[in-house]
Amino acid sequence: MRPLTDTETKTLFEKLANYTGRSLNNLLTDTVSTPGSKTPDRYVFRIQKDRVYYVRESLANLATSVARDSLLSLGTCLGKFTKTGKFRLHITALDVIAPHARYKVWVKQNGEMPFLYGGHVVKAHIGRWSEDAPEHAGAIVLSMNDTPLGFGVTARSTAEARKLDPTGIVLFRQADVGEYLREEDTLFTT
Amino acid sequence: MGVGRRMKKQGPPPALDESLVTRKRKLGAPTNGAIKKQKTVESKKPVANGKAQKAAPKKTKKAPEPEPEDDGLSDLSGDAIDDPDIMEDELDGIEEADLDDLDEDEINSDADDFANALSGSDEDVVDSDDEGVRHKRMWSDDEDSDAEEKLTAANIAGLSRKLDQQRAQEAAEAEEELKDDALQTNIAAADIPDDEDGQKASMLAPDLQMLRTRITETVRVLTSFKDLAEPGKSRAEYTQALLRDICTYYGYSPFLAEKLFSLFPPQEALAFFDANETPRPMVIRTNTLRTHRRDLAHALINRGVTLEPVGKWSKVGLQIFESQVPLGATPEYLAGHYILQAASSFLPVMALAPQEHERVLDMAAAPGGKTTHLAALMRNTGCIFSNDSNKDRAKGLIGNIHRLGVKNTIVCNYSALEFPRVMGGFDRVLLDAPCSGTGVIAKDASVKTNKTEADFLRLPHLQKQLLLAAVDSVDHTSKTGGYIVYSTCSVTVEENEQVVQYVLNKRPNVKLVPTGLVFGKEGFIKYQAKRFHPTMKETRRYYPHAYNVDGFFVAKFKKTGPTPANAVKPQGSAEEKKQHANGTKEEQYVEEDVALDVDAVSGAEEEDEFGGFDDEEDQKYIERSMKKQLKKKGIDPKATKSKAVKSLSK
Repeated sequence: MRPLTDTETKTLFEKLANYTGRSLNNLLTDTVSTPGSKTPDRYVFRIQKDRVYYVRESLANLATSVARDSLLSLGTCLGKFTKTGKFRLHITALDVIAPHARYKVWVKQNGEMPFLYGGHVVKAHIGRWSEDAPEHAGAIVLSMNDTPLGFGVTARSTAEARKLDPTGIVLFRQADVGEYLREEDTLFTT
Repeated sequence: MGVGRRMKKQGPPPALDESLVTRKRKLGAPTNGAIKKQKTVESKKPVANGKAQKAAPKKTKKAPEPEPEDDGLSDLSGDAIDDPDIMEDELDGIEEADLDDLDEDEINSDADDFANALSGSDEDVVDSDDEGVRHKRMWSDDEDSDAEEKLTAANIAGLSRKLDQQRAQEAAEAEEELKDDALQTNIAAADIPDDEDGQKASMLAPDLQMLRTRITETVRVLTSFKDLAEPGKSRAEYTQALLRDICTYYGYSPFLAEKLFSLFPPQEALAFFDANETPRPMVIRTNTLRTHRRDLAHALINRGVTLEPVGKWSKVGLQIFESQVPLGATPEYLAGHYILQAASSFLPVMALAPQEHERVLDMAAAPGGKTTHLAALMRNTGCIFSNDSNKDRAKGLIGNIHRLGVKNTIVCNYSALEFPRVMGGFDRVLLDAPCSGTGVIAKDASVKTNKTEADFLRLPHLQKQLLLAAVDSVDHTSKTGGYIVYSTCSVTVEENEQVVQYVLNKRPNVKLVPTGLVFGKEGFIKYQAKRFHPTMKETRRYYPHAYNVDGFFVAKFKKTGPTPANAVKPQGSAEEKKQHANGTKEEQYVEEDVALDVDAVSGAEEEDEFGGFDDEEDQKYIERSMKKQLKKKGIDPKATKSKAVKSLSK
């Protein structure tokens, strides 16, 4: 387990900024107060093998006493670096990026299951969306009662999507919470 | 089969069934049995007559059940020889039996029609009398409301007297029934097969209904052994027969059946075995990190799920009765609003009661139900070390942790025995130990057969070592904590009380404290020949038949002081190896020292009184003691020999 290198940080932040926009700053400056210490606890990024974790600093410090082979996970996993050096966000990152998301898409009840089974979001299923989204911007998918369900990238800008027929795809799925069941074997093996 | 068995749980079988059975037997061999029976009736004759004379006047006073009389009449028209047999089985009271014998005797002895007719008329008279009585009783039984309406100041005394009479009569009947039960039991007890018979019978397919009846009968005998047992048969014989029946009926291995049977009184044991055949209710736990129970209940009800809070003792549990959707794949489940978790798994976490900002260790965490519950109680503050020795199972653990939005865990993959070495100083430790699973037979029936004596030696041993490691991992100076909770999903004493007792013996610095759970039975203070510490009653046992949760055991310890340096370390742990290695080496040194000393002394005597110094040998000792010193400082003398030794020697 180690802090990220500069290039890794850059790749990661570019990816995250795709979804959060400028609120990425909040992600970095969020703190938690602890009763014991005077300085509040901040969040840090740590890489263990190829996976990146978003974790409280005090927790990361405690985790240093665990051997590298035996440390399977800490805090929240954001995703992994591929062998070519790109970063891939996992569904587990939803918790971290959803509160800071820039563009959002709400799907109606009848669109929930198709999305959770891994389908893209079609226009007929959309209940509400952020109006100003451009093409190919990262967006969070929520159900109508504001439960985050996953994230993806917009296929069209909102202006263009307005003219789309009901079966046209508005948002390409990248990750959805259905993966907790579908991808359990690959997602959490380290 | 499932429904029938539950229905048949109550009481002895109805008399009608047995009569049918006997009639069948009769049909198989009609003449012999009939003749025999007749003979027995004749031999009884004088006694019966004597009793009957006494009973006859009673008839009008006490108004016995009219049915036997009716039967007697109908028998008259039918087969006279077969009757007594059936009668005896159908009888409700001894006295009535005597009466009937009397009737039969009369009928049999009086051969001519005239007498027959006479007796018949006699019966008629009695019958009408009886009918009158019966009317009265029906009224008193069925039309209570009428009686209350008529209740006025005028007739209250009369009515109350009547009621008293009635009550007395009922009491008398109940007593009779009891006696009759005893009679029946004796008959049933005669059916209990000997060893050889049992072995023969086991070759054939067992008749489940007969087996069930026999089990209930034997259990009833065992519950009031003094009154109901057949003289000359010991309690052990009954128990043996019962265990054999249980093995065939429920499919347990004899070893396990005996082990489980010995935990309870017979009646309760039967209830336990029965409860193991029915599944426990499905329970989900609300993830309070994401939602509230009320909201979740609403969302699920909208999806067509029938549910209800699991009980007053839990604020997060919901019991599922019926569901139209798979509960493991609803959008709420995937969004982490709840987790499927048995009700019994709530208990150890509630007993541990972790506080915010504490450091907690979960020694055997997979699949994560308890870890996520801990995190929810701590509201994602502090730190949870969630360990599991199996890397494959840890997958599900990590999945659940992320799905439920838990952020304060470190998941590691160690043997839990390594724990005080990896990280110690925890405020609380939860040890949900691997166990034989005798509490969850309803969930996994393979336990019935695949657990052997070796398992009940191996598992407790592991549990003891794990619990020692757990105790050693706790920080006794913690302001808020210093607690250890030990739990298993097993009900056997070997895996529970004995493990706890072992740790109490080996660690003088821990004591049992109340678990804080509102229900559950106290742990055993004595079991067979074993006697446990009196504080063992602070532990809690849970049984499927008592609370409709899985069989479970929870014990909570408080660590009051540091573990003594010379205490036994958990076997297989790093600490133990170190202690062991050090111990043997030091012993060697001591022995060598003594031997060499003797040599030196003898050598010195030869040269002079005090003796010269042997520099070569001294050098060896000096090096050795230096190595020891290094080791005490935590430096491996072999690895860092060059620098460390040099610096020390300077």
